[in-house]
Amino acid sequence: MTTTTATRASTADVALPALFASILGLGLIVLAGHVQADALHDAAHDVRHATGFPCH
Amino acid sequence: MLGRILTSAVIAGFAAGLVAALLQLVFVQPVLLHAELYEGGELIHFGADSIVSAQQRTGGVDLLRDGLSVLFSALVYVGYGLILTAAMAMASARGLARVDPRAGIVWGIAGWVTVQFAPAIGLPPELPGVAAADLAARQAWWAGTVVSTGLACALLALGRSWMAWGAAIVLFLLPHLIGAPQPEIYTGPTPPELAGEFAARALGVGLAVWVCLGALAGALWSREMRDAGIAQPA
Repeated sequence: MTTTTATRASTADVALPALFASILGLGLIVLAGHVQADALHDAAHDVRHATGFPCH
Repeated sequence: MLGRILTSAVIAGFAAGLVAALLQLVFVQPVLLHAELYEGGELIHFGADSIVSAQQRTGGVDLLRDGLSVLFSALVYVGYGLILTAAMAMASARGLARVDPRAGIVWGIAGWVTVQFAPAIGLPPELPGVAAADLAARQAWWAGTVVSTGLACALLALGRSWMAWGAAIVLFLLPHLIGAPQPEIYTGPTPPELAGEFAARALGVGLAVWVCLGALAGALWSREMRDAGIAQPA
């Protein structure tokens, strides 16, 4: 039998890393899904349509 | 903690992105290429000379175009994976929800409702060449709908009172009561049958991919927490 010393992560431990990860994720989605720069739009075109992002 | 979130999210998102690319290239891309034949004028839907076969053989592999689709698909789902894993980490740390692969599927479905299904109620996934309102207005409505629906899902799933659930219902409905920006007139060369098929396939593929993303993120995050000796809510 193992003794469990597991403790729950506190909100304070998680809040900042979670915020950072969310902002990074949001940046990727805006870049891949929404920014209308021509090169980016053309490259991401089919994925934007197929994923339901407003395009054109 | 950041390293654990990033590792889980990037692996889950990248894998889901590959699944998305594969499903999209097989099921969605042929419809899009078919529509482009109408957009470019090779096929004509209405008019005196519209006797062309509705069944066109489209598909095949365009290495550059499809390669870019794989890349951007991975980017999009890594992005979603980061947000999903961050939300799982927060909910788990606050004792609101247990995270495991099975719960992850429900998280994934909620993610799909948030970023694909709810926006599609006002702005169905569009084929190239269909009529649409001003892009900036549609993007603003899309973003507002995602925020509102995401909050609604969180309140519905994690709330513990009728007040929270009531607010969830209001937030679910609000974007659709406001209404998505619609074009002044419907015009464009593309058959509505193709547009319907495209929207249904895009949503179906999206659901399958989000279920994968949620299950993978749930599996990887619960493993990270076990390895770190962090307890989960029962």
